[in-house]
Amino acid sequence: MKQVIAILTVVAVIALIWYAACVPMNIKGVLSELERGGAEVEPPTTSARRGMGEFGLVVNNTFAIPAAWEQKKPRLPSPHQVVIELWETTVEKKITSKRSLIYHGWVTLSATMLGFVIGTGLGVLLAVGIVHSRVMDLSVMPWAIVSQTIPIIALAPMIIVVLYSVGVQGIIPKAIISAYLSFFPVVVGMVKGLRSPDAMQLDLLRTYSASRSQGFWKLRLPASMPYLFTSLKIGIAASLVGAIVGELPTGAVAGLGARLLAGSYYGQTVQIWSALFAAAILAACLVGLLGVIERTVLKRMGMAQ
Amino acid sequence: MNTESTTQPVIEARHLDLTFQTNDGPVHALKDVNLTIDKGDFVSFIGPSGCGKTTFLRCIAALETPTGGSLTVNGMTADEARRNRAYGYVFQAAGLYPWRTIAKNIKLPLEIMGYSAAEQDERVKNVLELVDLAGFGGKFPWQLSGGMQQRASIARALAFDADILLMDEPFGALDEIVRDHLNEQLLELWARTEKTIGFVTHSIPEAVYLSTKIVVMSPRPGRIADVIDSPLPKERPLDIRDTPEFIEVAHRVRDGLRAGHSYDD
Repeated sequence: MKQVIAILTVVAVIALIWYAACVPMNIKGVLSELERGGAEVEPPTTSARRGMGEFGLVVNNTFAIPAAWEQKKPRLPSPHQVVIELWETTVEKKITSKRSLIYHGWVTLSATMLGFVIGTGLGVLLAVGIVHSRVMDLSVMPWAIVSQTIPIIALAPMIIVVLYSVGVQGIIPKAIISAYLSFFPVVVGMVKGLRSPDAMQLDLLRTYSASRSQGFWKLRLPASMPYLFTSLKIGIAASLVGAIVGELPTGAVAGLGARLLAGSYYGQTVQIWSALFAAAILAACLVGLLGVIERTVLKRMGMAQ
Repeated sequence: MNTESTTQPVIEARHLDLTFQTNDGPVHALKDVNLTIDKGDFVSFIGPSGCGKTTFLRCIAALETPTGGSLTVNGMTADEARRNRAYGYVFQAAGLYPWRTIAKNIKLPLEIMGYSAAEQDERVKNVLELVDLAGFGGKFPWQLSGGMQQRASIARALAFDADILLMDEPFGALDEIVRDHLNEQLLELWARTEKTIGFVTHSIPEAVYLSTKIVVMSPRPGRIADVIDSPLPKERPLDIRDTPEFIEVAHRVRDGLRAGHSYDD
């Protein structure tokens, strides 16, 4: 209960700041619209208003404040506009509709999941190699780090263009961009996890003269599980970002990234913000789902109480 | 194997040296260590930290490699003995896998050594009884007290047929009362299994109470200061610690420790 109150308090504070920010952000547009509609605004001409600060305009025209929360194409849409848009494009639209966020969310989610699976698999394999081979430890890790220093927004169009030229398009290029972002946290976490058994644990296996593969399956891999789940939570959020970024440069017609792009083309800020929120909600659900799986698995393994 | 194998010592160290090369120069962890351990002996290694008692035990287990001298275990080199699974090793911490139940923890060496499933179950049942943990096989380590965890780790070392048991301060982290209890149980277990035991400790009463042979070691360089064959009988109730014989042995151990220890460093 206490936690719910805390969360609601934070949400309320954010909403309050947001509503307050809408007024100066939108005031110029609102006054222009009102002027065109025949209302008396102060100062009365666009050119005179251009030189004035937003706060001055708000003080001069306090009657215009409610209109700043209800514009059709605001610079900053107000919270309830975004909520209504989210409601209309999810619950009230059929999911087959091209305007349904569920439909666009599913397009992005499928690329995210495919990329996440590829990235996780690649990350685990690389981590196993790095832990077991000194050569791989020295050679792969620096490249993995370098790969993450390149801005994905610069790399994504190239991946899509190169793959398109060899005839690969659709979900695969997006999934690859997604995997590119998600393998890294898995590599780092798994390397740490596979190396987490202490010297005593390794000595114990030596006293049994256990083989390397026995040491891996019986000690290193189970010991790495908590680390793996932590990495997966970071990885899946990165995957989602990757899939969205993968939708941006293609002029894609479907996906949350496409909604963002279309929104910015046509100045549909409400659509942009609702797509952003849909992405955030999707990410939260995915991370939450992984948290549930983590608790279940670790509990069944006996590692959580 | 020759015909003398029955009378052959289980562990024999001759002029054993072990020098670690560190950034501050060589450290003589062991210097000219000579020791013979016969079958069925209960040998304690006692001494201040840095005297090489744990290092010597680790040499026997082939977890360290001596830099000089010779060391045989069951007539083989220490490493051959390790690969033949000649010993069970109990560490200072129980080191049970948190993701395995007690029974599954005890099965770990059996799985690695390729025992059949039926044989594994049989052995787990036996050793759990041996360490007085029958009925706890299905529990996870965190559900057990520290003393019980350490008993489980002893059961794990007993589960396969090694006739040597090496124990590195196994009760060091436990309180006095639990320790007394486990010492009593360990003697019982030793009498029943007739294993050869090497036991590292820094407690004089523990060493005297348990051992047939007490090896007093001193540091810098790590070496043997005294080897005491205990005159105490094999049957040892806890109150044997109040007898004059016990006190005399303890006194000799203390003298050995004092002689070997220079207090100026």
